[in-house]
Amino acid sequence: MSASEAVRPTLDGMQKRFLIVGIVGMAALVALGLSDMTQFYRSYLTAFLMWGGIGIGSLGLLMLHHMVGGGWGVAIRRGLEAGTRTLPLVFVLSIPLIVGMHDLYEWSHAEVVAKDPILQHKSAYLNSGGFIVRLIIYFAIWIGLATLLNKYSEEQESAGYWAVRPKLQRVSAPGLLIFVTAATFASFDWMMSLEPHWFSTIYGAMFVIGCVLSTFAFNIALARLLTRQAGMENAVPRQTFHDLGNLLLAFTMFFAYLAFSQFLIIYSANLPEEIVWYLRRMGGGWGAVFALLTVFHFAVPFLLLLFRKNKKQPAMLASIALFILFMRMIEIFWEIQPAFAHDKEGVPQPHFAVHPTDLTALIGVGGIWIAFFFFQLKRRPIDPMPLA
Amino acid sequence: MSKPLYGLMAEFENEHQLVHACERAYEEGYRKMDAYSPLPIEELHHALHIPDSPLPKFVFVGGLCGMMGGFGLLYWIANIEYPMNVGGRPWYSWPQFIPITFETTVLAAGLTTLISLVLLCGFPQPYHPVFNAPRFSQATRDRFFLCIEAEDPNFDMQRTRQFLSTLHPADVAEVEA
Repeated sequence: MSASEAVRPTLDGMQKRFLIVGIVGMAALVALGLSDMTQFYRSYLTAFLMWGGIGIGSLGLLMLHHMVGGGWGVAIRRGLEAGTRTLPLVFVLSIPLIVGMHDLYEWSHAEVVAKDPILQHKSAYLNSGGFIVRLIIYFAIWIGLATLLNKYSEEQESAGYWAVRPKLQRVSAPGLLIFVTAATFASFDWMMSLEPHWFSTIYGAMFVIGCVLSTFAFNIALARLLTRQAGMENAVPRQTFHDLGNLLLAFTMFFAYLAFSQFLIIYSANLPEEIVWYLRRMGGGWGAVFALLTVFHFAVPFLLLLFRKNKKQPAMLASIALFILFMRMIEIFWEIQPAFAHDKEGVPQPHFAVHPTDLTALIGVGGIWIAFFFFQLKRRPIDPMPLA
Repeated sequence: MSKPLYGLMAEFENEHQLVHACERAYEEGYRKMDAYSPLPIEELHHALHIPDSPLPKFVFVGGLCGMMGGFGLLYWIANIEYPMNVGGRPWYSWPQFIPITFETTVLAAGLTTLISLVLLCGFPQPYHPVFNAPRFSQATRDRFFLCIEAEDPNFDMQRTRQFLSTLHPADVAEVEA
């Protein structure tokens, strides 16, 4: 019995548990959401971006690994590939964005656009038809790349690592460019257009790196889970955990760098049409969340990951990774939810609130996505592919 | 009369032999010894029981000083010594202090690394006896060396030489002090 076979019962158990969590969460989300569909879609968007983001981030990291190589990628490649195979599910999960478009995006209302000259100028891009067509194009690109990469990876299993590697690189090099472009526009459509007057050019990069950070944290936790199973102890060597820890630190810093760049530029210019994004996210109770993110999304993980001891201990590293994953949820929540706080006249009125559906959406979508992830992970060998 | 002795130098052909030799020598009770290799070997650290370097602590403190110094400098300039109205911004515009604070942190941490590393390594040191070993220049190319020093209380010319020869070295040489 190979190591892959030995971990199968554990993975079956995880899949079952998360599926139950997902179904219960989804049922609660629908039950609570039926009375207030607008809130339902708003809560759902956060959850979709959080968990779908790991599928999207997996694709980017996998192509990055094919281009640059390295032991870290060999160790987490199975998880990344399983992540890319969840993209069809993420596509299905994106349907509520289309159905709930009117509850989420004010530019989708003809009467709002008619009164707003800025939105009229933007309507060539920001319109319902374009939103749907672009969403389909993004997923066509991502799922197409994922399918190709997984097909070649399967070939690699039988034909040998080095024989198929050039093929994977020929897909990954242009793939990365197309991937980042598509993800940038996806972030404009799904997130930035929540406040259609506001714009930031670094926003797409922040979305992509946010996805990659979540993916990295998720895969470190997975590596810890797998190496605890009998026969898999050496699937990820200690030295590789150290490398994974260093990369987690790098992505934590990269995200903070991008987030701070946007903040510093907008703070310094202090232009009314730009600064409003931060006023909404620092007023009415959101300021506490902003401070919390600065400390726990950046400072604490940064300090913990500086110490070699924490990176060499898989248990400790996995705890930090899970903590970062948790903070990612709050970060996305903080980016999305303040966009909706308006008073009756439509004037922005920041007001911090957590709705029960915010939690059930994260749990429901998360459970279903993770269960599907384990289902995909089991379909292929789990121990690292030999470099021969 | 023979010249004073620094130690016995054993030469090995690969890093595994060297790590094994270090482990065996430690088990034999030798403590005053050092290994020389053309490439970094993670396991050597454990095999020779070298204590962790205090360097990271120095760098952390250095970086912290740079951070507080940089931020303090900007605060002092912008709020106390030369307050200047820039487009109506508050005096205490801390987000604009961050890039400079980051730079001074990196600068101070970098300089601390360089200076403490030089001092911790015992530089400048114009003379070291290991270079008296005949083939020691190979330590920067493709050979691996273990030197057991004569100062070690367990050191005995005959027994130590015999012990080293059980480790399959390519060569064992006496090193003059």
